[in-house]
Amino acid sequence: MYSLEGITKSIQDWLFLKFDPTLALAIECVIVILLAISLFAILGLVLVLMERKVAAHIQIRLGPNRVGPGGMFQTVADTLKLIMKEGLTPDKADKFLFNLAPFVVMMVGMLLLAPIAFAKNFQIWDINIGVLYISSVSSLSVIGILMAGWASNNKYSLLGAMRSGAQIVSYELSAGFAVLTIVVFTGSLQISEIVASQQTGWWLFKGHIPAVISFVLYIIAVTAETNRAPFDLAEAESELTAGFHTEYSGMRFALFFLAEYINIFIVCAIGATLFLGGWMPLHIGQWESFNHLMDYIPSSIWFMGKTFLLIFLIMWFRWTFPRLRVDQLLNLEWKYLLPISLFNLLLATVIAIFGWHF
Amino acid sequence: MYNQTEILKDTSELGTEGELVINMGPQHPATHGVLHLVVTLNGETIKKIEPHLGYIHRSIEKMCESLTYRQFIYVTSRMDYLSSHINNLGCALLIEKGIQIEVPDRAKVIRVILSELTRIASHELWLGAMAMDLGAFTPFFYAFREREMITEIMEDTCGARLTMNYIVPGGLMYDLHPDFQKKVKAFVKQFKAKVTEYEDLVTNNIIFQSRTKGVGILSAEDAISFGCTGPVARASGVSCDIRKIYPYEVYDKVSFNEILDTAGDSFARYMVRVKEMNESIHIIEQLIDNIPDGDFVGKTKNVLKLPKGEFYTRVETARGEFGVFIVSEGGTTPHRIKFRSPGFSNLSALNHMAVGSKIGDLMATMGTLDLVIPDIDR
Amino acid sequence: MMTQDEIKEYIFSIAPTVSFDETGEWLNIIVDATQLKLLMTALRTGKMQMDYLFCLTCVDVKTHLTMVYHLSATTHRQSMVIKANVSREQHSIETLCDIWRTADFLEREVFEMFGVTFLNHPDLRRLILEDDFKGFPLLKDFEDPINMIKL
Repeated sequence: MYSLEGITKSIQDWLFLKFDPTLALAIECVIVILLAISLFAILGLVLVLMERKVAAHIQIRLGPNRVGPGGMFQTVADTLKLIMKEGLTPDKADKFLFNLAPFVVMMVGMLLLAPIAFAKNFQIWDINIGVLYISSVSSLSVIGILMAGWASNNKYSLLGAMRSGAQIVSYELSAGFAVLTIVVFTGSLQISEIVASQQTGWWLFKGHIPAVISFVLYIIAVTAETNRAPFDLAEAESELTAGFHTEYSGMRFALFFLAEYINIFIVCAIGATLFLGGWMPLHIGQWESFNHLMDYIPSSIWFMGKTFLLIFLIMWFRWTFPRLRVDQLLNLEWKYLLPISLFNLLLATVIAIFGWHF
Repeated sequence: MYNQTEILKDTSELGTEGELVINMGPQHPATHGVLHLVVTLNGETIKKIEPHLGYIHRSIEKMCESLTYRQFIYVTSRMDYLSSHINNLGCALLIEKGIQIEVPDRAKVIRVILSELTRIASHELWLGAMAMDLGAFTPFFYAFREREMITEIMEDTCGARLTMNYIVPGGLMYDLHPDFQKKVKAFVKQFKAKVTEYEDLVTNNIIFQSRTKGVGILSAEDAISFGCTGPVARASGVSCDIRKIYPYEVYDKVSFNEILDTAGDSFARYMVRVKEMNESIHIIEQLIDNIPDGDFVGKTKNVLKLPKGEFYTRVETARGEFGVFIVSEGGTTPHRIKFRSPGFSNLSALNHMAVGSKIGDLMATMGTLDLVIPDIDR
Repeated sequence: MMTQDEIKEYIFSIAPTVSFDETGEWLNIIVDATQLKLLMTALRTGKMQMDYLFCLTCVDVKTHLTMVYHLSATTHRQSMVIKANVSREQHSIETLCDIWRTADFLEREVFEMFGVTFLNHPDLRRLILEDDFKGFPLLKDFEDPINMIKL
């Protein structure tokens, strides 16, 4: 059967046959970098269009429909416009940090791509501490945002950055505990093993109530971590004009914009991997023929389908809820989500020790 | 490399220790126009709000001094542009009172129906804009769906969607559009069916409730002292509906309730406006089938002259009590004209309501005050 | 609810120098500028309880300026108009913003539009016009050669 695994394997074999191992590895790195960058570009185009179409559907309107069939090239046109625009740097801004910030945010997104399993045996780097790597790298993005807010020399930016700092640091905890629940069930930090452990069923179904609770906690926490509504206090359009990226324009703004969507994709991909079985097809108990049919759908489609389902969920939130206030946001985390996740982790540990999960 | 505190000191009015002064407006998404608030912050907490007005001040009062009594009515459309019809009505009522012009019943009823439609349209726009201030974008489109029907009715009948200019002293400028009754009935039907969507989307939303309940509290005493009127004062329990207290046109012949609440917070102001829309629908339902036949304009002289003296009328716009005060010397133009705009008084209470709350609360408070900046500046 | 005569009697007992004008819709009370504060305080706190100042403005009658206060009460709904004359040269009058807080903004508007100075006002600055604006636009003798208003 056709699979991505076969393609990568044949390319690797061919490279090692033709060149010496060091050079082959270098060429592989270049290919991976090119692929990652093109994935970013495509994701940016697709997700922005998807967001606008989802928003339009929820808001009883049509959304972009002029550029290309069904408005498909709207984002391309927008990107062209952003490239043409002048990238202003405010007077008396800290120029070095101001220019660095969007790249920091972007780089965090790129680094996070590494351990994600896009399909069966199709992974950039199957590091044995994959989950730990993800949690630690994703917390770096706050540095880029703080940098942007601080360096802009704008009071709105500063307020937005401070809000964002408080928010991301707090919600990191809940997201971490939610991820830890699955680690407890699996007994491994490696992404490939976590996916493999869901061969018989996804953790959302196998893990009883703790898994469901941690899935909900995870979705709430990552919505906050990616600064999406109802937790978009760092941008808070109506309060702080545009929050930490008030002063950014042109391509540098586009990088922030793109980074937001890349981050959504990554957190949803991780959510799909941990809770919804990654690239594993949907199998239901003893229904042999059904399971067999499901196996025919390529693993990459399974992975992307689950990821985009979660992305849709997060977009749905954005266009339905009003924004929380900053003290309510922190109350929600420290008074409700954190105690619940601690208790939930305990429950999950008990279940895992006694082997009560399926 | 710059030292950040030096930069802040350099470029801004850095207040005393621990204070941050930010200029909200004249271009800011939440001030809905060119309102300029100088907000003194301590972290996220508001210490002081100072409104700076005048960015859209056109000195309408001075302009009116050189316009005749027929002309000056239409300048008032440009004040509170969301209830322009009711502003026009207030001016026309004053002239009719001063010169004692008899207005035909048909004109009176049509004026009231259009006033109530204007009120609903204004509240719809407020609903969408306020939800947007709180970060929810979707209710805006739902509110505008119904508002669009009203603006289309207005367009048919008055020829304009926003600044109606439909009233002349003594009646109306021209007769109703033939489709008027049919379209208004369709609107009433649509509104009644769809108003539950606002309940689902906004009123019952837990985040919306936690953002507005207990936020921006205005007590009844303060509301009176600040001269607040309209839904702002009624949410604090002050009965101030001009339509009930000093009925004009046919408001004494229709039955409707004055919506009162006692909480005085942003959520109460929200609820008062939503319920008011239903009351307006109720008024329209009573009148739409009972528009009397006859003339749509009474007999007036071509040149109107108000007798020497002072005149004052008040009407209930969507934002509160709109008063017109005219000092006449007996000529064809007013000697002095003063518009008592509801937004101006409501804005003066903002500092009192918002001090001590967070920036996010300011959006809820300001949103539910329903400020229209041209109305404040005049 | 008090009748017109009772009100007049009551006001006479507070400020004996007032005069009345009943030609308009409401009772007009013309009071001396020096006695304005006394009368207003009594109207607000005394048995009339006029708690609602719904209009405060100034009229330029060429020979002098007239401050016009429209008062009402939320309990008995009786309205009255208080007037106080100020001369064009020495244009100062006591502030009322410690009695009705809405007077704060309204007096600032009158201050910049007519040049009337309000004594003891806590924050008498320009509200609408820019800081370097010359002249008082709502006075009858104000001419602006650039932004002509007259037709």
